[in-house]
Amino acid sequence: MSVHASWYLTLAALLFTIGAVGLLVRRNVLVMFMCVELMLNAANLTFVTFARALDDIGGQVAVFFVLVVAAAEVVVGLGIIVAIFRRKVGATADDAHMLKG
Amino acid sequence: MTGSTGVLGALAAHLLGAGGLVLPHLNYSTILPELILLGGMLVILAASALSPRPLPTEVYATATVGLGIASLIASLVLWRDVTSHGAFTAIARSIDVDGFAVFFLVVVSCILIVAPMFAAGYLRREGITGCEYYVLALISGSGAMFMASANDLILIFLGLEILSIPLYVLAGLDHRREASGEAAMKYFVLGAFSSAIFVYGIALTYGATGSTNLAEIGAFLSRNVITSNGVLLGGLALLLVGFAFKVAAVPFHMWTPDVYQGAPTPATGFMAAMAKAGGFAALLRVFVSTFPTLRTSWQPVVWVLAILTLVLGAVVAIVQNDVKRMLAYSSINHAGFVLLGLEAATARGIAGSLYYVFVYSLLVLGSFAVVAAVGGNGDADHDISRYRGLGRRRPVLAVGFAILLLAQAGAPFTTGFFSKFYVVEAAVAAHSYALAVIAMGSAGVAAFFYLRVVFVMFSDVGIAGASDVSRGGGEIARAGAVAAEVREQDATLLGGAGASAVATLVAPAYVAAPELAPEGTPSEPEVSVSPWVTTGLVLCVGATLVFGIWPQPLVDFAHQATLIF
Amino acid sequence: MIHAAFLIPLLPLAGFAVLAPFGRRLGNPLSGWIATVLVAASFVVTVLVFIALFRQAPAHREFTQSWFTWFAADRLNVGAGLLVDPLSMTMATFVTGVSALIHLYSIGYMKHDPQFAKFFTYLNLFVFSMLMLVLADNFVLSFFGWEGVGVCSYFLIAFWFDRADAASAGKKAMIFNRIGDAGFLLGLFLIFERTGSLQYTTVFSRLGHVGTPSLVAIALLLFLGAVGKSAQIPLFPWLADAMAGPTPVSALIHAATMVTAGVYMMCRISPVLHLAPDAGHVIAWFGVATAFIGATSACAQTDIKKVLAYSTVSQLGYMFLAAGSGAYVAAVFLMLTHAFYKALLFLGAGSVIHAMEEDQDIKNMGGLTKLMPITAVTFLLGWFSIAGVPPFSGFWSKGDVLQNAWAVSPALWAIGAVTALLTAYYMGREYFLVFLGERRWSEARPTETDPSSPGYTSRGLHPHDPTWHMSVPLVVLAALAVLGGLLNLPFRPNLDFLERWLDPVVGPYLLQTHFSAGQQWLFAVADAALAIAGVGLAASLWRRTTDRPALEPRFLYMAWFIDWAEDRFVARTGTALAYFSATVIESKVIDGAVNGVASLVRGTGGALRRLQTGYVRSYALGLVAGVVALVAYVLVRVGS
Repeated sequence: MSVHASWYLTLAALLFTIGAVGLLVRRNVLVMFMCVELMLNAANLTFVTFARALDDIGGQVAVFFVLVVAAAEVVVGLGIIVAIFRRKVGATADDAHMLKG
Repeated sequence: MTGSTGVLGALAAHLLGAGGLVLPHLNYSTILPELILLGGMLVILAASALSPRPLPTEVYATATVGLGIASLIASLVLWRDVTSHGAFTAIARSIDVDGFAVFFLVVVSCILIVAPMFAAGYLRREGITGCEYYVLALISGSGAMFMASANDLILIFLGLEILSIPLYVLAGLDHRREASGEAAMKYFVLGAFSSAIFVYGIALTYGATGSTNLAEIGAFLSRNVITSNGVLLGGLALLLVGFAFKVAAVPFHMWTPDVYQGAPTPATGFMAAMAKAGGFAALLRVFVSTFPTLRTSWQPVVWVLAILTLVLGAVVAIVQNDVKRMLAYSSINHAGFVLLGLEAATARGIAGSLYYVFVYSLLVLGSFAVVAAVGGNGDADHDISRYRGLGRRRPVLAVGFAILLLAQAGAPFTTGFFSKFYVVEAAVAAHSYALAVIAMGSAGVAAFFYLRVVFVMFSDVGIAGASDVSRGGGEIARAGAVAAEVREQDATLLGGAGASAVATLVAPAYVAAPELAPEGTPSEPEVSVSPWVTTGLVLCVGATLVFGIWPQPLVDFAHQATLIF
Repeated sequence: MIHAAFLIPLLPLAGFAVLAPFGRRLGNPLSGWIATVLVAASFVVTVLVFIALFRQAPAHREFTQSWFTWFAADRLNVGAGLLVDPLSMTMATFVTGVSALIHLYSIGYMKHDPQFAKFFTYLNLFVFSMLMLVLADNFVLSFFGWEGVGVCSYFLIAFWFDRADAASAGKKAMIFNRIGDAGFLLGLFLIFERTGSLQYTTVFSRLGHVGTPSLVAIALLLFLGAVGKSAQIPLFPWLADAMAGPTPVSALIHAATMVTAGVYMMCRISPVLHLAPDAGHVIAWFGVATAFIGATSACAQTDIKKVLAYSTVSQLGYMFLAAGSGAYVAAVFLMLTHAFYKALLFLGAGSVIHAMEEDQDIKNMGGLTKLMPITAVTFLLGWFSIAGVPPFSGFWSKGDVLQNAWAVSPALWAIGAVTALLTAYYMGREYFLVFLGERRWSEARPTETDPSSPGYTSRGLHPHDPTWHMSVPLVVLAALAVLGGLLNLPFRPNLDFLERWLDPVVGPYLLQTHFSAGQQWLFAVADAALAIAGVGLAASLWRRTTDRPALEPRFLYMAWFIDWAEDRFVARTGTALAYFSATVIESKVIDGAVNGVASLVRGTGGALRRLQTGYVRSYALGLVAGVVALVAYVLVRVGS
């Protein structure tokens, strides 16, 4: 039993879109960042699918790099989020709009 | 078993297939500049951690400048190799050593030589101790270098992240200031978002071409005539989004003004220079050398991006009263000019873009350094009114800033003139007349806001009656006179003469300057400039004038860089 | 040795680079000595290069030294480089030589000036610019030098900028030169448009493909530049006003070197003039008219320097007469000898002015011969030279010019001959009024000059010869003025050194004259007779009398009212027009348009900035909108 690759790609595209929309509609910075993770993983799924379809190991290896980068982003991102919201408890991304124009 | 998708593919293939582990040959000399930066960064970090008491910021700055010089030398050695032996790939074909890459290695090295000087003065004034700025700058620089020499989309992605993540932190370096944190948060969220889009673009491109290696993609595309593959074009579009975000092209620019304004000023200058260098390096390489067969598809998109970027950057900058934010918008305008060269997609266009990026890096670093100096403690206030009378209070600083601004406006006898000239000329040669005209128009609009700052600096009185031509003329004359006076003191003859000449030429432009708040702030802010900042400014202004009067060496450098692709 | 040519302009530039920042600290007289030594060194290098060039076979006496590509774009490729050929080396030799002498003189002349170092800074920059002008291997670099000498001239005329006349004279020189420069620049555009190059050698090799009307236009546009720079009618009035500058400046810039740049340019473009004889005739007629008007005006001046200034205008007219006739060798010959005797006369005048404590009115002088023997004798030699008394240098060079003029048109010769008579006369008048006759000044007379002016002393007048810094140049220049004719003697074919030396450059384009030996003798006798008649006339009229109103009509004193007319009809009309455009056109029409565009731009900017809400969300939305637009574009492309 095999599922055609296009299903995986569609799922990945769907996940990617959900992530993007989530980033647009949510206000909690942490949740926004989780949406970015979702998008990255959608890209990973695409990589793996194509690697299988092309019978090429390169796409699968790329996933590791994306995961590492995602981890690094989490580290830095959490640091920044903590630094900002230490002074405002329960703040959302929308509370930071001092810079505009 | 194909085992040929770059370093990783080869590695993994050998692991899985032959049973033995065969590492690719690592030719360290090809990534020596990057290694110097990263190794030096580790040493600085270790020294900072092991030192019993905090080291003064100048020590780190000196070390960083030294590393910049070392990587510059290493880059020039590579340049010699490339010019004598031609371009080659290394480390399982994931690294390109060609003129194009080395050009950007040189640009990044130069940024790393100048930027720490500006940072040292600022960090000392602000009382920010520690090695963070320098360490982050070095990491970021190595990321930009990887982007420039990468021959693999995955490596470009890694370079992009190595470049960007330190920039997020740099934006939030001054955590006592709320704006700095806000800038970091915005940059981070949007940056991560654009990275995700970029990765997805790589995935789609990989799926359509079967490789992430640029050379292999290029070979694949030349074997198979693909013009309307949705996956490939979609992937390409998303790649473009990632790059456009990094270089702040409209409509992916919206983070730029806020982040530039909120970040500590030397960090702003650094990120403006570095992110554009890295972003444009990868953008130009990927689109011009890897996807030339799809040019008919991407050229119109770049055309639109360039126009939007040129126009919006100039038009919104003109209504800013905050000089720092104005410069942020002006950097968007500059990105549009670099895109002109990409749109032309000719050797001349690319050479023009390279030249532009180099010139712009030094201009923007120097400009933000002056902004940092005038802005006062804690980046308190960057309103244009703070610049009033600067020509009298700090004539040398004001003339230096005037030269940098005039260069950004494209005044003759500065590098800015030739940089604009070459990209516009390339656009004309490529028959993109509309684009060339719009670019010239935006340069004209841009001249307003640069000159506005220049006039304010050299005027002592309020300029509420801004539409008074004769008054404006008087101020221009005074600007010239001050410039001339300073010229005699400092023998920066051509700068002063050029400045006054240009000011005279554009005298009527003055009428369009927005009215300033009437005079009412008699207390003039104290402006202090440390020797470090002075040294950096001398370098930036000197390069602007020297290569403005004698542009050919840099032009040749950029031109050769495009020949040895 | 030829390869050392780059040092020729570089040494004065080095002087400028040192003096500009450190001049004041180096002080007086060290800064002056640095400037002088560097220019003298440049002269030595020039002579060595000259000799090296001379050793080459005549056909190989052209050497281009390319430094670097200055800027390049498309077809336009402007290099920075030197063209070393007989013409440029002749110019460079006399420019550096005369400059070195005048630098030396200035050390004495400017001794008491508070801005001593600044003066030498400008002088060195001037010498550098002048050398770039003559040595450049392309029009653009020459134009760079052309503008450079103009700027230096402005700075030096207005050197005593606290004097109203000096400041306005500087401005006037600038404006008159700008008019000419506009023509010059247009000429360059036309050259580039027609030949696709601005390199001298390349341009001249491509002239065959250029139509005659274009060549005439090019020649006349460049001549317009020369008219401004070399003070020909109608743009000559600035030169008389320029005498407000220090006297060494008048000698160096406004007599010997800069004002001859136009003549040099005409000789340089001799291939163009050769193919455009109509332009040549225009130039010749302008030249002879200027010569006549200048000479007549000089007859009525009372300022010691203004006589010399109008004389310079007149002599420059001769040079253009020669260049326009196609007698380039004669033009260069006269340029050289003129540089010697006119620099000598100016320096002598400077010496007199020093002695008279800044009084420049020749009516207040007289009887200086015994008190200032060196000055008087050298001035006398200068007078005989310019008058064309045989065997002084002017006799040979002016004779050469007039002889060639005859070959083009006897009318040109006739006007030139009358002018020659006038030349001998007005210089005689000046000599008699200054050095002979009774003393019209008193030793006890309190000076009326401004106490702040240089050289002021509160004592009475005690005229005496100047210090050695000033005497040595006088003597050297006097020797050159007397012997300069040896450069190019007629009669025997192997005595015309200058003609044979310049032959590789201008030889093919020279006017061919065929005078028999007898005719040549006739010309020589006529020239000598005119000169002696002029000298005699001056002696008979001015030996005893100092006041002859009939001979000094206001019409001539005002230089044919040309300046007045230009001021009246051009400048005032221009001012009125400018005022009209500033008040009506500018404020109503242009301002309206500019303000309209400006407010449109600002309105758009104001609207666009509202998109920048400050919310991350809206920025992400903008990003997504961009992505969606791009994906839509991709879908459309794939679908179609």
